[in-house]
Amino acid sequence: MVMNTQHNMEERLWNFIDGTAPGNEKTVIEKLIASDDDWRAKYQELLQVNEVLRSSELEAPSLRFTKNVMEEIAKLQIAPATKTYINKKIIWGISFFFIAMLTGFLVYGFGQMDLGGGEESTISKNFSKFDISKFFSNTWVNVFMMINVVLGLVLLDHYLGNKRKAFRKESN
Amino acid sequence: MSTGLNDNEIISKVLRGDHAAYAVLVNRYQNFVFTLVLRMVKNREDAEEIAQDVFIKAYKYLADFRGASKFTTWLYTIVNNTSITFLRKKKLDIHSLDNERVFEMAENQDSGMRANLVEQKSKQAMVNNAIAMLGPDDAEIITLFYKAEQSLEEIAAILGLEANTAKVRLHRARTRLKDKMETYFADEVRDLH
Repeated sequence: MVMNTQHNMEERLWNFIDGTAPGNEKTVIEKLIASDDDWRAKYQELLQVNEVLRSSELEAPSLRFTKNVMEEIAKLQIAPATKTYINKKIIWGISFFFIAMLTGFLVYGFGQMDLGGGEESTISKNFSKFDISKFFSNTWVNVFMMINVVLGLVLLDHYLGNKRKAFRKESN
Repeated sequence: MSTGLNDNEIISKVLRGDHAAYAVLVNRYQNFVFTLVLRMVKNREDAEEIAQDVFIKAYKYLADFRGASKFTTWLYTIVNNTSITFLRKKKLDIHSLDNERVFEMAENQDSGMRANLVEQKSKQAMVNNAIAMLGPDDAEIITLFYKAEQSLEEIAAILGLEANTAKVRLHRARTRLKDKMETYFADEVRDLH
């Protein structure tokens, strides 16, 4: 209990010293410091720690430090920014490709199922009747697959074209 | 000369091909980076090597700095990751070094802080030695807050924490530092009062 109170007091005082205590809390702590000996003593103690920490000096590396770094970076090239080699359009294109494919299969699959009433038309029975070869022999599925393949090839061509342009620009 | 320019202006110059301008950034922040690393890894030679590595990495990936934060916040994130990777390689427990171990490390380290604890009575030496006795994560958060001019929000971003968690961690680190100062540097602490 005493430990908790002490801990709480320190935490509130650190917030006060750091300037992160909210407005009304600030006023409460100011009053406590002015009226309570324990609070005042603890405040002085923490304030001293704070000042000592603020006044601590930085360490310095060896005198050759900058020279060493500059010698090392002379052998390097700055890498291109991540955003330039991860083209968002390609990510969107791939996402669109897969979403279109999934949606197409789902729409077609549900279209083939008889979900109407009747004693024998339960979903489980429909699933047992599900014949995958039927889907791939259908003209519309073949057309859909062909569109996807063409779309994929167009995206690939676009991507390679951009790469080629960038390479030419760099070599010029 | 680029010394009068701000960090973002220097970065633009470097990205436009003026690689020599990077030396200004190295000169400007080498002490901050070195102190931060030294307080984490507790060995001067290792700290120098890691600090160099930090600046080399920062240069290599400079194009990724988009100016959304301060350059130092971005730089200290590299310091944090590089130092933690080093400590993990060294198989040090970065979260809980026991007192005896850190005291031994602080005493044995071949750094400027190695100064004789009895002879060197200054406040500076006391606080540096007390920080050297903390675990790397406590030493890091204290250094970021007091010496690296980072706000709690920026510290949280560097360490990958919530701002409130960073605040609690800073509070705990200061409490542990105060305990170390009172336990191992009682005379110096008394002189402060």
